Amino acid sequence: MSSFVGHKQRVGRRQLAFVRRVLGLFRSALREIFDESAYERFLERQRKAPSQAAYAEFLREGQAAQERRARCC
Amino acid sequence: MEKMWMAMAWLVVAGIGALSVATVALHRGEPINALWLVAAAVCCYSIGYRFYSKFLATKVLVLNAQRATPAERLENGRDFVRTNKWVVFGHHFAAIAGPGPLVGPVLAAQFGYLPGTLWILVGAVLGGCVQDFVTLGFSVRRDGKSMTEMAREEIGRVGGLVAYLAVLSILVVLLGVCALIVVNALKDSPWGMFTIAMTIPIALLMGLYLRRLRPGKVLETSLLGFVLVMLAIWGGQWVSQTPGVGHYFTLSASTLALLIMAYGFAASALPVWLLLAPRDYLSTFVKLGTMAMLAIGILALRPTLHMPALTRFIDGTGPVFAGKVFPFAFITIACGAVSGFHALIASGTTPKMIARETEARLIGYGAMLCESMVAVMAMIAACVLQPGVYFAINSPAGIVGAAPEAATAAISSWGFTVTPTDMQGLAQAVGEHTLFNRTGGAPAFAVGMANIFSNALGGRELMAIWYHFAIMFEALFILTVLDAGTRVARFMLQDALGHAWKPLGRTSWYPSILGTSALIVAAWGYFLWQGVKDPLGGINSLWPLFGIANQLLATVALCVATTILVKMGKAMYAWVTLGPLVWLTLVTFTAAYHKVFDPNPRIGFLSHAQQLLAGTATNSTARQVLNDRLDAGVTVVLIALVGVILVESVLEWSRVLSGKKEARVKESPFVATRFAVEEQA
Repeated sequence: MSSFVGHKQRVGRRQLAFVRRVLGLFRSALREIFDESAYERFLERQRKAPSQAAYAEFLREGQAAQERRARCC
Repeated sequence: MEKMWMAMAWLVVAGIGALSVATVALHRGEPINALWLVAAAVCCYSIGYRFYSKFLATKVLVLNAQRATPAERLENGRDFVRTNKWVVFGHHFAAIAGPGPLVGPVLAAQFGYLPGTLWILVGAVLGGCVQDFVTLGFSVRRDGKSMTEMAREEIGRVGGLVAYLAVLSILVVLLGVCALIVVNALKDSPWGMFTIAMTIPIALLMGLYLRRLRPGKVLETSLLGFVLVMLAIWGGQWVSQTPGVGHYFTLSASTLALLIMAYGFAASALPVWLLLAPRDYLSTFVKLGTMAMLAIGILALRPTLHMPALTRFIDGTGPVFAGKVFPFAFITIACGAVSGFHALIASGTTPKMIARETEARLIGYGAMLCESMVAVMAMIAACVLQPGVYFAINSPAGIVGAAPEAATAAISSWGFTVTPTDMQGLAQAVGEHTLFNRTGGAPAFAVGMANIFSNALGGRELMAIWYHFAIMFEALFILTVLDAGTRVARFMLQDALGHAWKPLGRTSWYPSILGTSALIVAAWGYFLWQGVKDPLGGINSLWPLFGIANQLLATVALCVATTILVKMGKAMYAWVTLGPLVWLTLVTFTAAYHKVFDPNPRIGFLSHAQQLLAGTATNSTARQVLNDRLDAGVTVVLIALVGVILVESVLEWSRVLSGKKEARVKESPFVATRFAVEEQA
């Protein structure tokens, strides 16, 4: 009986971990699509804390790429 | 043993797929359930992905997980960043999914659901996905170079120049048609107009919020923008029902066209963070959410398709646009099956993010399969409508007449019964004054989508909200294509003009920004204006022009890909790109021939001009004749440009295959990855 319960718990934990992983990936995808990750990388690279000035600099740096980013028909 | 089970499972998938395709293709008479289309698509895509894309990855492209990608070798934390494959997949899908796969299938539904659906399935698995995948794979092997750069390196300078001109011309035609779809969806619709007008201050507010109050919190800002847009939809109902206010938002097609041109100019010239970027975020947020909702709605509701498998209009007499099922169904579907525009994205941001070569299969081939699924859903949304309603919405006044009685009588005479009362009831249900002559595909798609959503959630009471949500969703991301496209075209023009006079190439020099923005807006604005003034609704002449342009761009991409395969010593596998290339050449050149020279004035530009000249001259005759001749000229120029690339490519293949030229590709040298393959598996 206890080994059955243990098995069920292990399966439950595995499923929970899987759901967490999928949700984590989904969140990462959204953060990449919405350039939040790019801002974080910028802060890390420039060793800056998040601020209005830092974000304005990030926007200036990424402007060329963003301006040329095509959207499909 | 496990292999045997897998083989059995795939046999089951193949069996279900064959049964579904056979049901879709052979069933006549009684309406069929939309789930047959979904099952056929899911099975075809699964088999295509599992077997064909694997063949392409292992035998044709020979992707190597040990080879460092540009994201690893050139990592700079900005453009070149190693990124999780699912994250890149989402990023790539968000960039390639646009209005094309929604509008094209809706228009092609005039032939019935069968021709369009079959082409979406076959075209995507054997053509569109292959184009996206190989372009991405080749770009990854070349430091993320763009398609035009690859064309110049692999086909020659002429190929590069022609590819550049083709891309720029195609962008202009595309933007004109996109703008026309928005105009047709919003004209005389105070509710829709108010909602879309509100997205501009909402985007400006988002830009300021993002920059001043919560720097970098884009997801949070997009969610806030979404809530505000939903409030705008709700407020639009009040606007439409309050004559004193609604009057200001009831705009004619001409006024709307001028406003959209002004918007395009402003979006191209204003700082990117203020308008373009927040709108892009908002549009992506709404787009991904709505597509997911539509998929869930179709699966939950399992609607019946009322459109027959084939209609009488396969003979070329269709009211939505004229032309026989071959070649016009194929250029009308466009992005849902093959989109040349994807090659620009597959050789743009995406190859700079891929962590290992083998992931190009999931991202290039897989994302296009998802886009194709969106096209299948659009086909379903159009075909769940009663055919009479579908034709009443999509037929221009020039064909069926402007009066409800005349239009319904004409449509009923084709065998698709519809009455003015039906249409009046539907218009009231969706909160519009009328739904007659709303050409362009967007309103029909919105009615179909509202039908599915309201049946799944909220009933008929919420149909008006869902309809305007759908209109907002389409218009929002068409306008995003418009502003991003105007800016990209402006940069291309500035790059070219910079060779003549350096300051013109400076993207920070305002006289150049304003001048080139005005030129680009004037170019697509001309097509828009022409469409607005066209008594046949504009879509009849401009959507085929867009389809031809888009498929010609795919022809260019496939020429580049075939050339690279030949130079790689993989000529024995060149059929993977040569097959779709031959088909697209056949389709586009035939369609272009008909659009220019067909003796039927509803199809051929020149015969239409002749007909106008032979008739009684009016104030607009000279302008319409000029438009027809210009459209014919643009078509001939596009075909000539692509013809040059085709000839250049064939000559290059023959030089390489006959040994006159050394088969050498311009790949970046092999560098082994620093990352263990297991880590990324």
